Amino acid sequence: MPFKRGSINKLNQAGLGLRFGAIAGLLFLHIPLLLIILYAFTTEDKSYQFPPPGYTLKWFEVVLNRQDIWNAVALSMRIAIISTFVAIILGTLAAGALFKKSFFGKNSITILIILPIALPGIITGISLRSTFGVMGIPFSTWTIIIGHATFCMVVVYNNVVARLRRTSPNLIQASMDLGANNLQTFFYVILPNMGTAILAGGMLAFALSFDEVIVTTFTAGQQTTLPIWMFSELIRPRQRPITNVVAVFIMFITFIPIVFASYMASKTSDSEGSTK
Amino acid sequence: MNNLLDSFSNFAFRNKNFIFLSFLIIPLLWLGVVYLGSLLIFLGHSFFHLDGFTGQIVYEFSFKTLLELFSSPANIDILIRTVVLAACVTIGSAIIGFPIAYYMAKFTSPKVKIFLFIAIMLPLWSSYLVRVYSWKLILAKEGIINWFFEKLHLEWLLDSILSTPVIGGPSLSISYIGMFLVFTYIWLPFMILPIQASLERVPNSLINASHDLGANKRQTFYKVILPLALPGVIAGSIFTFSLTLGDYIIPYIIGTSKFFIGQAVYTHQGTAGNIPLAAAFSLVPILVMIVYIYCAKRMGAFDAL
Repeated sequence: MPFKRGSINKLNQAGLGLRFGAIAGLLFLHIPLLLIILYAFTTEDKSYQFPPPGYTLKWFEVVLNRQDIWNAVALSMRIAIISTFVAIILGTLAAGALFKKSFFGKNSITILIILPIALPGIITGISLRSTFGVMGIPFSTWTIIIGHATFCMVVVYNNVVARLRRTSPNLIQASMDLGANNLQTFFYVILPNMGTAILAGGMLAFALSFDEVIVTTFTAGQQTTLPIWMFSELIRPRQRPITNVVAVFIMFITFIPIVFASYMASKTSDSEGSTK
Repeated sequence: MNNLLDSFSNFAFRNKNFIFLSFLIIPLLWLGVVYLGSLLIFLGHSFFHLDGFTGQIVYEFSFKTLLELFSSPANIDILIRTVVLAACVTIGSAIIGFPIAYYMAKFTSPKVKIFLFIAIMLPLWSSYLVRVYSWKLILAKEGIINWFFEKLHLEWLLDSILSTPVIGGPSLSISYIGMFLVFTYIWLPFMILPIQASLERVPNSLINASHDLGANKRQTFYKVILPLALPGVIAGSIFTFSLTLGDYIIPYIIGTSKFFIGQAVYTHQGTAGNIPLAAAFSLVPILVMIVYIYCAKRMGAFDAL
């Protein structure tokens, strides 16, 4: 009997203990997220009382009228979009250069690309901050973007490199045989093939940048991005109900690209996301 | 125009290295100069030291700061505390994560698998701060855990857990138990995914063979499946361990007043202005991880990624 990968034969159903363990683990992962949504509707504004004494929509209205929060959202959006754009260019170029050719120092370059995300954010943050200080560069949106693009690059790189490895070289040869030149092959064959991988990488980069707080803390100066606003509320809760609503907002903004990207990734069975 | 493109394309084709270089040069400049440059300058500060009298950094090569790091009992405490916590978090997430990974790899249809995959990716990529915040709600004195224990009339149990020395505290949100829970929760997906990947690669014929040779389920699990999943567990532990080592936000929000490495780095570079000592503290997680990754590599963890 040819065996199928994926599931053991029907006789070996998952045992009760395993099912219980798996379900408990999944609940552990998701109940906190559900609670955040619940708390956004609570009428209680002085404590984190559970169960909420009553439910209301008024905090959503309050947040809608808070200009400072919208400014923070706009700043975070702008940073995330530009960082993603830079990361896509840098990550795709690096993937294109590194996926096949082996040469002296290739391993070091690969490590260098992964390093910004492998090292604790605080080290990256302080390093960039002291360099900006030494070079006399004043903090601005661009100093934040430099930090974000650095660690977002690896996400794009991972996705694109995985796709390139699976793309058959025959495709490129066929294109050449049919008379396309290098650039035509690139634009009509390679790029469309890479499209979804670049998109998936870009979306994860966006989600990563939109809620990054550690590196941002060190490169922002006086600017308030949405995560920085959130972090200050976490340390000294002053506006609990508003924080609850903002938390839900951040969650949904990042959910959409993540679901989209992981769906594309799982369909093509690249588990690139596993190295955040 | 077309001619020009054609000749450019031919030039590029004949000079493969030209394409290659032009691809690599921009990312390499960015990472090599902007990132690596700043990183080395910062870490290099660990060989300078702070003048105790003036509070200025003395730019002279010496091991003073590193000696200070490893000779002061308070600093040693911070290092040990952080490493122990990271180890506990790693073990905790392996125990919680394994059943999910096993179920996902061996007992699901492809459709359910995609669903579960997204269910794990979602918390992994969604906002770190929001997820920490959710635990502030959960662990609060008036929060869901206390409510749950109250409903079951088990307040005494919670109180006795909290009164345990070292791991306890005045409330869950200011205790090592709380920190452990939050860390485990935040990094759990990093553990599940590599275990899942390594289990997926265990051929079912091996499991069937074990059954055919007379092993029962338990024996098969411990003698066949678990050893083959171990590289995945180790690969996952690289993430959980290193991420816990460097984090300063969770100890800041959930923790007690006792410092962890990340907080020590943060405080020394900030208010104290002692960048050399901050750099020396930063070296520790980097060195620990280099050793850890080297050992993991020898145990074959990287084949599981």
